[in-house]
Parts: sequence; C-alpha cells; structure tokens
Amino acid sequence: MPMSPACESEAAPLRSQAATRWRELTGTPVLALTLLIVFAASLMLGAYRVPPTHVVEILANLCLPESWRPSGIWSATEQTVVTVIRLPRLLLGALAGAGLGLAGASLQGMMRNPLVGPDLLGVSSGAACGGMLAILMGWPDAGLVASAFAGGFIALVCASLLARASRGGGVLPIVLAGVVVSAFFTALHGLIQYTADAESKLPALVYWLIGSFAAANAHKVAILAPVVAFAGGALILLRWRINLLSLDDFEAEALGQKTRALRWSVLALAALIVAGQVAVSGIVGWAGLIVPHFARMVVGADHRRLLPASALIGAIFLLVVDDVGRMLAPQELPIGILTATIGAPAFAALFWRSQRRATGGE
Amino acid sequence: MNEQTAIAFDGLGHRYGLGAWVFRDYTARLQRGRVAALLGRNGRGKTTLLKLLVGVLKPTAGRLDLRGRIALAPQSFQASFDYSALDIVLMGRARQVGLFAQPSRRDEQAALAALDRFGLADRARRPFLQLSGGQRQLVLIARALVSDAEILVLDEPAAALDLRNQTMALDWIARLSREHGLTVLFTTHHPQHALDVADDVWLMLGEDRLFCGPASSALSEAHLSALYETPIKRLAFEYDGRLRETLFALGPASQPRALAR
Repeated sequence: MPMSPACESEAAPLRSQAATRWRELTGTPVLALTLLIVFAASLMLGAYRVPPTHVVEILANLCLPESWRPSGIWSATEQTVVTVIRLPRLLLGALAGAGLGLAGASLQGMMRNPLVGPDLLGVSSGAACGGMLAILMGWPDAGLVASAFAGGFIALVCASLLARASRGGGVLPIVLAGVVVSAFFTALHGLIQYTADAESKLPALVYWLIGSFAAANAHKVAILAPVVAFAGGALILLRWRINLLSLDDFEAEALGQKTRALRWSVLALAALIVAGQVAVSGIVGWAGLIVPHFARMVVGADHRRLLPASALIGAIFLLVVDDVGRMLAPQELPIGILTATIGAPAFAALFWRSQRRATGGE
Repeated sequence: MNEQTAIAFDGLGHRYGLGAWVFRDYTARLQRGRVAALLGRNGRGKTTLLKLLVGVLKPTAGRLDLRGRIALAPQSFQASFDYSALDIVLMGRARQVGLFAQPSRRDEQAALAALDRFGLADRARRPFLQLSGGQRQLVLIARALVSDAEILVLDEPAAALDLRNQTMALDWIARLSREHGLTVLFTTHHPQHALDVADDVWLMLGEDRLFCGPASSALSEAHLSALYETPIKRLAFEYDGRLRETLFALGPASQPRALAR
C-alpha cells in the first residue's frame, strides 16, 4: 500500500506509456518477421532471374528429407545461383549484420556512450590490420581469424586506455581516442599494402579491405557462424548486465556488480565478433554504430530488448544495403562503400543531436 | 560490535596509492534502525567514506564491520540512455539475479512494489529523465530498497531538490527508519536537515577527527562553527505551540542586509 503520493502530482500521459509498452513488446517479433521476409525477398533478387517458385522448390529440396522433396523442374544454373551464390551471401550478410548490431549495442552500453561503434573505436581497422598481415603471410583461415581478433582487441584496449587517460568526461574523449587508434592502424594498412607484392597480393588485400559479400561461400559462413553464435550468444545472455555496466562504476559496484571482469569480457566478445566479420568480409563500416540507434527507436533503451533488436535490425540493414548494392549499378557496389555513404551522414546527425541535448538545446 | 550495531569502524583510514591520507583514525558506531547524518566540508572525504562503507574501496587502515546488506542511493544519476524508472529500479536486483540470467517476474514485482511504496507505480514505465528531480531521487532510493538492503546510504538526498521536495525527501528518510526499521546514513551540506531528521551525526572535523554523537547535542554552535570555519548560530523559538530550532551561518553576506533593517 502506498504510504503517500509522490513529490509531484502531474497526470501521467498514460496513452503514450501504453503505446511505448506495446512497441517494446511487439518490436522484436515484428523485426524477426521482417528479417524472414527480407531474407526471402533477397533470395529472389539478382541479376540472373530465378522465378520465386523455383527458389522455394530449390530451398525445399535442400532442406527437406528426400520423401518430402518437391518434384519441380529447375535448371542447374538456377540451382547454382540460389544455393552456391545467393544463399551463402545472404547468410554471411545476415550473420555479419547481426554480429555488428550486437557488438555495437554492447560497446555503446558498456561505454555509456551512444556515439561509439566498432569501427569508430578502431576495432575494425585493428582487425583489418591483423587480417591483412595474415593474408600477406599466407596463413590459413584459423590464422586469419585469430590474427584479426588480436588486431581488433589490441585496438579496443588502446582506445579504452587512451580515453581513460584523458580526464575530460562526456562523449568526446572516447571518440577522439578511436580516431587516433583508427588513424594509427590505417597507417599500418598503408605500410602492409606498400610491402605487399603488387602482382599477387596487393589486389586481394585492397579488394578485401573495401568490405564486400560478393566472394561469400559456404566456407566463409562456416567460419563466421560459430563466432557470432558463441560471442553473440554470450552477449545476449549478458544483456541485462550491460544495463548495469552503463552506470557509473561506483554505482554499479555499490549495487553488487563487479565491473572490471565483466567490462573486459564484453570488450573481448565484441572484438571477437568484429574480427570474425572483418576476416570474412573486410571492413563493413558504420553498421555497428547506427543500427543500435534504430533499435532504440523501436524497443527503447533497456539492453534486454535492445540487444536482440539490434541483432535483427543489423541483419535486415546489411541484407537491404547489399541488395541495393547488387541491384543499383550494372557492376555491383561493395557494401563497405554503401554503409559508409549512409553511415557518415547518419553519425553527423546523431552527433549533432547529442551535442544539442548535452547543451540543453532541445 | 553487538547485535544492535549496524555499522562499526575503528581506526578507519584511506589514502589513494601513496598519496596523502584522505582521513585516518576514524571511529564510529551506528545502531540499527537509527538515522545518522554525515557532515563535512567539500573535499573532506565524505564520498571516500561512503565508498569504503559500500565496499567499492578497501580501507587502507582500520577495521570496518557491517551487519546487514548495504545499498547506496547516489546523489544524482547521469543516465546515458533513456531508461524507464522501472529499468533503473530493477538494477537494484543485481545481487539476486544470476550472471547470465535476466530479472524474473518476481524481481519485476519487487521493483514495482518499491516504486509503489513511494507512490510512483504509475510512473514505472515513464522515462527516468522525464521525471521531476524529487521523483528521480525517490526512484534511486527505491532502487536501493529493492536490493533487500537493511542499511541505506544516501549521498546528499536533498541536494538537487527545491524546498518542497527537500521536505518530502527528509520525511521519507525519517519514515524509512521509523516505519521500515532501516538503518539510514545520509550525507548533507545542510546541518538543519541533520537537526530535523537525524538521531546521530558524524562530523568530519579534521583529517583524523570524526566526531560522533546524538544530533541534538553534537550539532552545537561550537562544533558547527569549527566544522565550517564560519560562525554558526542555533536558535530555539516557539512556533504553533511547539519548540523549534533553527541553524544559520553568520557569514559576511548576511550582515549588510541585517544592518539595513
């Protein structure tokens, strides 16, 4: 039983609260359904036209037991286009998008800063540096992922330490630290490219760096899927703890949350996802930064809902952008170029909005 | 430390690294169910003492004993994200929820009940940042309560509040102890607040001098003048048939106006 009324007694806007609650509850199922629709639609899209019925039959033939398989007629080319070219590409795009969404939302939460993302903190550059080194040395895939992870994690640690060393609060120190770390690793990219053999290694390095799903295959999906499943799954399990990490350390520890080990775990998991993504598809910039903002608009700030929503929106976002890249120009555009084209102005808008809010301009 | 003691420390001291002592040789006791106010000038180490009490810092010297779970309601909350009041209060269940688990329906009900206790149940789903200063303070106290704490530490609970909400917050502090049996320690820059609701006061008079005593006698003109290094007067007067007491500083700013009248 309430002991007394609250300090203020203005009427609560109940209708808007109910609308918010409805959006929070239905947001994730609606997003999951949207992802399925976008995935199915993307399978039908492409330069080579495959009738939707054939796509369905080819997929059913791939997934169902022999006695249930449909007896449709489709060409071998259609079969190859759907199962060898489009399906791995879409799976890779969806996994990369989901992973970047999760990594971005987790990093923003734990750094108490909605303007950070894996690429802005230098993680992507660091991971790319590790990956380039692996390509240059001709290491196998496991070496590529491990090297990309090492690069990404070193970059993340450097950015965190640099930001902590600057005594100023707010958004700027971590963003500037990320710029510094990114610049350093980008310089290393140049160095690695300069030393690479211009005939055999350099084109592969440059093309890989731009970021694209064009070279997707089942093997790359098999590399990324376990990385996203493990690290993304762990982040999903820790999602409520990220709410606690978004508090001041004094407050979180006073509530009984030991922050140090948890912070490092979240950093490592986010770096692992970005390393896996960079290893198979190069730098796909900005998605990790802007996707969580879309997710917040749908399900609110609570990381229990934000992380799953960021994963779903990330997958939808990269699938749609990759579709645009495939369909827009006669010769397809790499997704890294498109996400940067969308992401940079979106970041500018977010930064402007956050500064206005900080200075009470709203 | 007997059964009735909630907080006890002897010879407590802290310094950051090899720097100077923030304070040392602090000794105090707080009995269960009592309200204590901690007073000290800016930079004297109030926050450091609170950090030691809630276990965020380890004491450099001395011995600290707590009987019962302790929780902190901070002075203000810099929300980086647009959490709802309920999200904020739920964070108080950090100790009850497993590392990889999510808060259960029971945790959510406990959080709603804590908000309801302050008459804020209908604002549970509203963004925390849209609440008034007084409501935010109550949400932070609700978060501390939901952790099943028996000792409540409030860092300047009335600092950012207008006069009406200050009175409300002080009233809550008294009721948390009187009606719920909680032990409460709060910091304040207003000795009047201590005089109004505290049973005991802890005065941080110097680096190695923590004076503890019942509020009525410890908040003397001599102690307060020494604490704030400015003359402070304590006046008793009768109003509405009751004896009341008020404290005020005889600072330089108060003199010209007093003379003009």
